[in-house]
Amino acid sequence: MSRGVWTMCWCTACILLLAGCSGWQSALDPKGPAANELAWLIWFFTALCTVVWLLVMAVLIVPLARRPAPVGDPLVLDAAAERSKMRIVVAALAATALILVGLTLLSYFANRTLAAIGSDAALTIRVTGHQWWWEVRYENDQPNRILTTANEIHIPAGEPVRLVVTSTDVIHSFWVPNLSGKLDVIPGHENVLDLKADKPGVYRGQCAEFCGAQHANMSTFIIAEPRPVFDAWLNDQLRPAAAPVSAEAKTGHDLFLKRPCVMCHKIGGTIAGGTVAPNLTHIASRQTLAAGTLTMSRGNLAAWIANPQGIKPGAHMPVVRLDGDELNAIVAYLEGLK
Amino acid sequence: MNRCLPCLLSAMLVLAACQREERETRPQSALGSGDQPAAVTALEPGGQRPTSSDNKAGVFEANAFHLSEGKRLFNWFNCSGCHANGGGGMGPALMDQKWLYGSSIESIHATIRDGRPNGMPSFRDTIPDDQIWELAAFVRALSGNAPSSAAPGRDDDMMPHPSENRLPDAATLGKSP
Repeated sequence: MSRGVWTMCWCTACILLLAGCSGWQSALDPKGPAANELAWLIWFFTALCTVVWLLVMAVLIVPLARRPAPVGDPLVLDAAAERSKMRIVVAALAATALILVGLTLLSYFANRTLAAIGSDAALTIRVTGHQWWWEVRYENDQPNRILTTANEIHIPAGEPVRLVVTSTDVIHSFWVPNLSGKLDVIPGHENVLDLKADKPGVYRGQCAEFCGAQHANMSTFIIAEPRPVFDAWLNDQLRPAAAPVSAEAKTGHDLFLKRPCVMCHKIGGTIAGGTVAPNLTHIASRQTLAAGTLTMSRGNLAAWIANPQGIKPGAHMPVVRLDGDELNAIVAYLEGLK
Repeated sequence: MNRCLPCLLSAMLVLAACQREERETRPQSALGSGDQPAAVTALEPGGQRPTSSDNKAGVFEANAFHLSEGKRLFNWFNCSGCHANGGGGMGPALMDQKWLYGSSIESIHATIRDGRPNGMPSFRDTIPDDQIWELAAFVRALSGNAPSSAAPGRDDDMMPHPSENRLPDAATLGKSP
């Protein structure tokens, strides 16, 4: 193969690899101070280690490539040459120690910066991992302003936010690569993760600790909005569920309360008060269904209710026996819960 | 040849351990609780087994997966609200050997599905039939009526009583061998 073709191949491979560094769910495309710090650290570590590796390789290869010097009498000591060799070894040792201590210090100061991000956070959000979805609870001193939702975490952009993460079943891990590092979500234990999104946007997160059959379908979305939009969203979500408008939705509302749905789900303003499954009070205002498995649409809602085990096998939502009209009615009701 | 035989035998023994119980995580959507005929009378004097059109006792009774699912649902559906982790409160205790309506899994299934006088509500429409069978199997495990090889292990949080697989076997309890 000619040299030009090789160069082409190399360039294409590099471009493809670099494409992985940008955008949607990438730790190398930081959108907040915590992720920035971590991305800077990883780039610096990689660059420095590359330089060291190249130097070591050069030192190894150069003597190999050179014609070996004639071996003299090993009993004759050349004091000057020995000293200079000694100096080189000591210098290399000192450089190694210096680099290791330097990297440790860098990592230490990066950790301090991470810890300081949320020290003045005004908003505390409790994120609870369940198999296989995220419960999101906005803490507030006033009990009537505590909001519980699922899978979507709205935050004000440009403000630090404190996430208190815990689990009810197995160990999960909360990871939104564009905004922060990952943190284990442990049952019976609270971990604190502070993060900040510099700009409005949607940042995808993913459970990063294998937690069972549907680990891959346990994603979350951090939606950063300007403060006024966030406040409006929060006030909107605090309202009880919208009353059904059409006759079909009314039937769906009644069916929801009479069928297995009512055993696990909560819809604010109705008698449905289950807390073991996602809160559906404003389900239609979310962008996805089943922790990011499906996009929100009437068709996907119906598909999910009709056969959740076909879409997310092993999920705790059971297959519920409904006939076509009942399914349509329930979907019509849920679709109206904006 | 002489060396091969023990190897072959031990390999067969090891392979035997690969057998796993069936876990039906995808129940058929066609089978729900709605296809059960309503019982004309809710009472079964002397614990006579109710006849069921779709008897799943054999599938659910000694299946570890269904028993542990039953344990999870027992908490999720707040059975403890009345039965207090099986110890009894507003509702009767479930961890003893007294059965008002029979100890068979079919009787317990009928109790959950159709309800009983003086408090036990009917969950016919609100719990899918397979989950009722899982709950019924677990309720039997609460009093040591499930095989210890299948009964659920310890809780993840504080336990009100020994885990179900450590309970004495109800069949031999109090009898000398």
